[in-house]
Amino acid sequence: MSAAEKLHLHTDTAQPLFSVRDLTRLYGPEKGCQGVSFDLYPGEVLGIVGESGSGKSTLLSLLSGRCPPDRGAVTYRDTAGNWVDLYSASEAQRRTLLRTEWGFVEQNPRDGLRMGVSAGANIGERLMAQGVRHYGELRAAGIDWLSQVEIDPLRIDDLPRTFSGGMQQRLQIARNLVSSPRLIFMDEPTGGLDVSVQARLLDLLRGLVRELDLAVVIVTHDLAVARLLADRLMVMRRSHVVEAGLTDQILDDPQHPYSQLLVSSVLQP
Amino acid sequence: MNTLIEVSNLSKTFTLHQQHGVVLNVLSGLNFNVRAGECLVLHGQSGAGKSTLLRTLYGNYLAAGGSIRILHNGAWVDLVGAEPRQVLAVRRQTLGYVSQFLRVIPRVATLDVVMEPALARGWSKVDAEARAKSLLSRLNIPQALWQLAPGTFSGGEQQRVNIARGFMVTWPLMLLDEPTASLDDANRQVVLELIDEAKAAGSALIGIFHDRAAREAVADRFLDMSAAAQQEYVYAG
Repeated sequence: MSAAEKLHLHTDTAQPLFSVRDLTRLYGPEKGCQGVSFDLYPGEVLGIVGESGSGKSTLLSLLSGRCPPDRGAVTYRDTAGNWVDLYSASEAQRRTLLRTEWGFVEQNPRDGLRMGVSAGANIGERLMAQGVRHYGELRAAGIDWLSQVEIDPLRIDDLPRTFSGGMQQRLQIARNLVSSPRLIFMDEPTGGLDVSVQARLLDLLRGLVRELDLAVVIVTHDLAVARLLADRLMVMRRSHVVEAGLTDQILDDPQHPYSQLLVSSVLQP
Repeated sequence: MNTLIEVSNLSKTFTLHQQHGVVLNVLSGLNFNVRAGECLVLHGQSGAGKSTLLRTLYGNYLAAGGSIRILHNGAWVDLVGAEPRQVLAVRRQTLGYVSQFLRVIPRVATLDVVMEPALARGWSKVDAEARAKSLLSRLNIPQALWQLAPGTFSGGEQQRVNIARGFMVTWPLMLLDEPTASLDDANRQVVLELIDEAKAAGSALIGIFHDRAAREAVADRFLDMSAAAQQEYVYAG
């Protein structure tokens, strides 16, 4: 590798990938989220924790381009190195981002999958949107990604509805990762799963995040999941971020009264 | 030998908001530094704040004041007030931590648990595997267990897996929280050898050893923490 390339790599990870300033959307007093600012770097995993109704999901919708904020800005540095302001970009630009460089893993896999088409077609969809038309190539990507998420490639022609909940969730992850995104949003990805299935999915996610150097924003109410996956956490309560920092510092030495309550309320099995 | 860590005027308080806002001053005005190849042993009775100090140095606990300056990739970084990603970069390259307790990750095999710090630094899988196998053998973990996840292992086996992981790479600076506690003589001897090897390789070590023989075998200097404990009494009462 030449010195110039090294320098380029260095500056690439030394710059944020995603930047959020004063992001606010309120449905009522302290309902929604307000005044949220942070920078996310390539390969960094940010966890958002807090009780139900604290504004986690609203924040995720604002971050992922699903709902415009009342005020504030969300900007993203694309593969060409240009900063794109999410909510002043054109609809076409935003959709291209969402389909290629970003991914979104829904809590309920039925919301993130096309239930009426085969597993292989679910995986191939993003590639087709990027212009891949060759059947063999799409098929090969389908088989490759099914095995990466530990689903038997023989199931490639089966409909997702014949899969178990854990398999559907893994299929949804494959469907998102096939286009080599750089930023993934996840909304309680292990929420509806059995504990044993959860462990397997977490282990898989952990491996993929490191291998692919993905930046991730993950919403979860499960602090064990947060500890396993997230580098840093934001604790939300009544629409505000009350504490932010290194994951194990927040969990081992929470500072804010609400974070202390949250951490001390977890049952230790 | 050059200094690898400089701690000055370090303090740590806990404010227990859920328990009537009680404030515990556990550490205050701590000053010390440790040089390459040196082992500083924390000294003081139970409750003196020895483990709290190690966790504060590692960044699990948030310092209340002062500075923790660490030589990281040739530059000084102050961990007090550092961004999470800076702390994580220091932990990946410079600062290692060995405790008695393994945080088990479901489904991950023992060998992979041990190799992880080396892979995170970009070692090849072959080199990492060779080193991990040699450590597991030295620490008397039966080969039949290497491919299993350590979740079902005995407490002593988990502790030794954690030690193997901790000594997998050479850390410029290592924090040791009673690594020899509850080990049998043979395994304690192996851990003491690993500590000596780390010192010979130029690591600076900061450790807690309740076992007197181990303490005397590895310590170059002691940090007396009993003064801090008395202060804690005053404030907590």
